[in-house]
Parts: sequence; structure tokens; C-alpha cells
Amino acid sequence: MARIAGVDIPDKKRGEISLTYIYGIGRSAARQILTKAGVSYDKKVVDWNDEDASAVRAVISNEFTTEGALRSEMQLNIKRLMDIGCYRGLRHRKGLPVRGQRTKNNTRTRKGKRKTVANKKKVTK
Amino acid sequence: MGRSIKKGPYVDFRLEGKIGVMNDSGKKSVIKTWSRRSTISPDFIGHTFAVHNGNKFIPVYVTENMVGHKLGEFSPTRNFRGHAAKKDKGRR
Repeated sequence: MARIAGVDIPDKKRGEISLTYIYGIGRSAARQILTKAGVSYDKKVVDWNDEDASAVRAVISNEFTTEGALRSEMQLNIKRLMDIGCYRGLRHRKGLPVRGQRTKNNTRTRKGKRKTVANKKKVTK
Repeated sequence: MGRSIKKGPYVDFRLEGKIGVMNDSGKKSVIKTWSRRSTISPDFIGHTFAVHNGNKFIPVYVTENMVGHKLGEFSPTRNFRGHAAKKDKGRR
């Protein structure tokens, strides 16, 4: 198991896939990294020699924001929106969708579990 | 789709003029505006705008962070006060 960009330990998969286990790296970023490092996409991580691994590490640390740094960057961006009190910031504060989606139904990812409010009782007589 | 860079950011012509005059004379006063679609340019920093939201004017003090947003983003047009209480029907 290789250890790249801090805590992450992708294992015996192809490099292209394995790198996507790092937060902030998807398929296309993985391909860019491998091309820059001069490692084949198809080479499994187990088969990397030390030079391959260190080349990949260098590319990631120089050109990509990953893991904690990326998370805090995102937090800062959101915090900025909330602090200046613009519409997007208000939506973030309220935990509602930010990009104009409808809120009549759905949007459960943003709103969280349904909160049932009124108990509608049928008329019984 | 975003606006073409070639055109530059949109700022209402008259608003731009007013700001120019105020910056030259160093005066500061609240500017009433209906132009919610104007982008906030760096010249606006430190001024206060009263931005119309369709009902009244919301005072917006422009800071550095706001550059690049539109004036309308700071003057919400909808005011959600919670859902109406359920009418007590059916019982009795």
C-alpha cells in the first residue's frame, strides 16, 4: 500500500483509479497527474517503483489542492458568501439549495430528513 | 452562461456616473437605485446603496469582498416568515 498526499492509502488497483481515493482527485485529475509524472495509467500501484511514487507525490503536492487544504478552501469560500450577506450566502445559512432549484418538494440532500409538522387528522364522526 | 469577457462587467451607466462624481468630490451619500443588475465594481467600495427589492430600498454597504457580485444579490426580494398556522378544522 502506497501512501500519497497524507493519509490516503490506495491499494492494488490501477493508478488511474487508485488516485481517485484521494479527496479532490477524480478520474481526469488522476490522468493528468499520471501523465505529468510519466507513469502509465494502467500500472497498478503495487508495481510502482520508488521513482514513480515520488514523481506522483511531487506532481500532487505542487499542482493540486487535496484533502484538508481543499476542504478548508471550500469552507472559506462558503463563509465568504455568508459573511457578505448575498443571496447565495443566505441560502447556505438556511441550508436550502443555492442554485435556484425548486424547494416545493425534493431537495432532501440539502434540507435533510423530512420534518413532519402538522398532524393532519381526518374528520371522524 | 456567463457574460462575455469582451464586453466587461455590466454597470448601469447612470450609476457609474453618480459614483464617479462622488469619488471625485469625495462626498458620500446613500444612492437610491433600482439597478439590481449592476455588477459591483471596485469603485463602489465604501459607498452605501439603497437597492430596491420591489417593495422598499434595502441599504447595502459595499465592502471589498462584494466586488464582482450584483447589487441585487444583497437585497432579497422574498421574505419567508414561516408557514401559516394550520387552521383547527375537523375537530368539534
